[in-house]
Amino acid sequence: MQDSPDLGDRGDAVCVVGAGASGLTALKNLRELGFAVDCYERETSVGGAWNWRHDRSPVYAGAHLISSRPLTEFPDFPMPDTWPDYPHHSQMLEYLERYAKHFGLGEHIWYGMEVTSIVPAGEGRWDVTIKSTGGGTSRVQRYAAVVIANGHNWAPVTPEIPGDFAGQVIHASAYKEPSRLRNRRVLVIGGGNTGCDIAVEAAQHATRVWHSTRRGYWHFPKYLGNRPADQVYHRRAPAWLRDRRLRRTAADLTRWGVAAPDHAPLESHPIVNGLLPHYLGHGRIEAVPDVTRYDGASVELADGRRIEPELVITATGYRPRFDFVAPEVLDIDADGRPDLHLHAFARKHPTLAVVGLVQPNAGLLPLAHWQSVAVARWLRLRATAPEKAAEVQKEESQRPLASWSRRKVVPTQRHWFEVDHVEYLKAVESLLHRMESSK
Amino acid sequence: MSELLRFEDWSDPVPAAEREVVSQLPDDDRGRPPLLFVPGLGHGAWAFAEHWIGHAAGRGFPAHAVNPRPGGDLRAQAHDVVQTAASLPRQAVLIGHGTGSRVVARALGRYPARAAVLIAPVLDGWAALGAALRSNPAGTVPALFGGRLTFSGRQLFGPDLPAEEAAAHLERIGARPRAELFSRDTLPEPVGGPPTLVVGSPDDRVVPRQALDRAAARYGGAPLLFPGMGHYLMLETSWAEPIDAILDWLDKELPPAG
Repeated sequence: MQDSPDLGDRGDAVCVVGAGASGLTALKNLRELGFAVDCYERETSVGGAWNWRHDRSPVYAGAHLISSRPLTEFPDFPMPDTWPDYPHHSQMLEYLERYAKHFGLGEHIWYGMEVTSIVPAGEGRWDVTIKSTGGGTSRVQRYAAVVIANGHNWAPVTPEIPGDFAGQVIHASAYKEPSRLRNRRVLVIGGGNTGCDIAVEAAQHATRVWHSTRRGYWHFPKYLGNRPADQVYHRRAPAWLRDRRLRRTAADLTRWGVAAPDHAPLESHPIVNGLLPHYLGHGRIEAVPDVTRYDGASVELADGRRIEPELVITATGYRPRFDFVAPEVLDIDADGRPDLHLHAFARKHPTLAVVGLVQPNAGLLPLAHWQSVAVARWLRLRATAPEKAAEVQKEESQRPLASWSRRKVVPTQRHWFEVDHVEYLKAVESLLHRMESSK
Repeated sequence: MSELLRFEDWSDPVPAAEREVVSQLPDDDRGRPPLLFVPGLGHGAWAFAEHWIGHAAGRGFPAHAVNPRPGGDLRAQAHDVVQTAASLPRQAVLIGHGTGSRVVARALGRYPARAAVLIAPVLDGWAALGAALRSNPAGTVPALFGGRLTFSGRQLFGPDLPAEEAAAHLERIGARPRAELFSRDTLPEPVGGPPTLVVGSPDDRVVPRQALDRAAARYGGAPLLFPGMGHYLMLETSWAEPIDAILDWLDKELPPAG
């Protein structure tokens, strides 16, 4: 056998990286426009982050959606209307499996295959190196376009806290079952949705719970009266009215020592947890400030207090990683943030796109769907009417960043890909119209 | 109307409801796309169960007919069709009859059907009303004032159907048309661009020939015509001809694998 990889030219086919929710919708929408597609998935089944069997899945046993069904489902494949307003994560996986089966996506997915490198091969084409996760040789295939849908909730970010801690420290990604919390003193670090969820689970099982947060967030309930709160927030209204609606219904947790938000409600991913104020009010969760250092059995807080938890859970989020591509291809800066048009289109490579790299204030799936529709139509337009495509590209380059990105408003490492669901969809819709009208 | 910004669905989703689905599956699964029949005003899934569903299953197509919720408006009925289609294991072919075609046309904007068939479609309520007034004024006028729409056998069926069979069917057909049937909203662009076929009869006294041509033109084709038949093609003596033609068309548009 030769040890040089065999170069297979896949002609006009498109390569999709990942068969999670975003990869599946990219695959489905590209197929719908007639593209041949090869989708590579490092795991042996679909579902990505939502598949709890996957070793990189961040879901824990008690995780439910934080956006309600109509704001979470794919726009052209509704979840069963008999399902609960906020389905459990296992239902989300079932839904994705049904989506894959319904649209016959399975036969286009190569399981147990990891993409290790994506290199421009000239004329907009790409050499993709694929390696079996079980070991073995890698092969290189050439594609007309690549859509990256590798998710952004699998590479944990751990806070850098000086000193040594005698107890146990785990990242939220390793937290699966509340049994881990039972009869222990627990410190949860991180004020995001996962941090709040785990703090609430700890309040139900642990002996004592501290919840350490740095930034202030907006806290919203899951229900307003008997209506899912996000359905009330998504009545058609101008931004100022939506802002006022949100401010009026948010929980003010400053009484319990939680920091006040430093941004407007629509500017950052909301925290949706009706039980956090409940358990703060019961005294089961004690809000504490930032952790400054570990010192043996104790943890030192920013206000000088020392507490002695047995278990520390750092719910400090995840960061996107694109190890298989050279940073300049996606214009990735020193902090690891790619610079993409609409968080989707590579600026210098018209045949490269990323789907699902957004953090909306509603479900991700609808955005990933419309991103893939836009990517598929863009690739078709480029193939069938290159002059029109160039025209659209020129128009798009003039779209103001502030119209679709929250990037400037909340300048932390974590929040750069946050978008407002409505504003973002408006931007994608106008791109679709531009491509439509140039037919 | 924006396709992307669905404030109505986000803030006021259609609530769940009981939906009656009649199904007949082929003996062996040959991987053919499932058919979902949608009845129109005045009849129910039974009209398809009479002959067509069994015949389609016999030709290898899993066949289903759904009764959208009684009293539901167009949005709720389209929701019921999309929910039923999405619950099937494979991408479905939507087949509407009469006003059911209009429900299907709405559903096509929300669900990428594998293909669509509109049979004697009532897409334009005003044209249908005009035709009904011409052929059966006494049965139609009361409906204009919120009463019941009554039909005559001559109005709904072709001359070949034996009178007693027509009478038996007529007993099960009754309708109280909703006002929104006569609104002329624009039909959504079908998502995923499914192949679409319009089927009808030039002798249909409910859907005039011009309406068939217009419907077919809307979906980019010409109607497939079965002269001599009435509005209820699936209940006529020669019911096999249109369903066989539809299944032949599906075999051509969506060739079986292997």
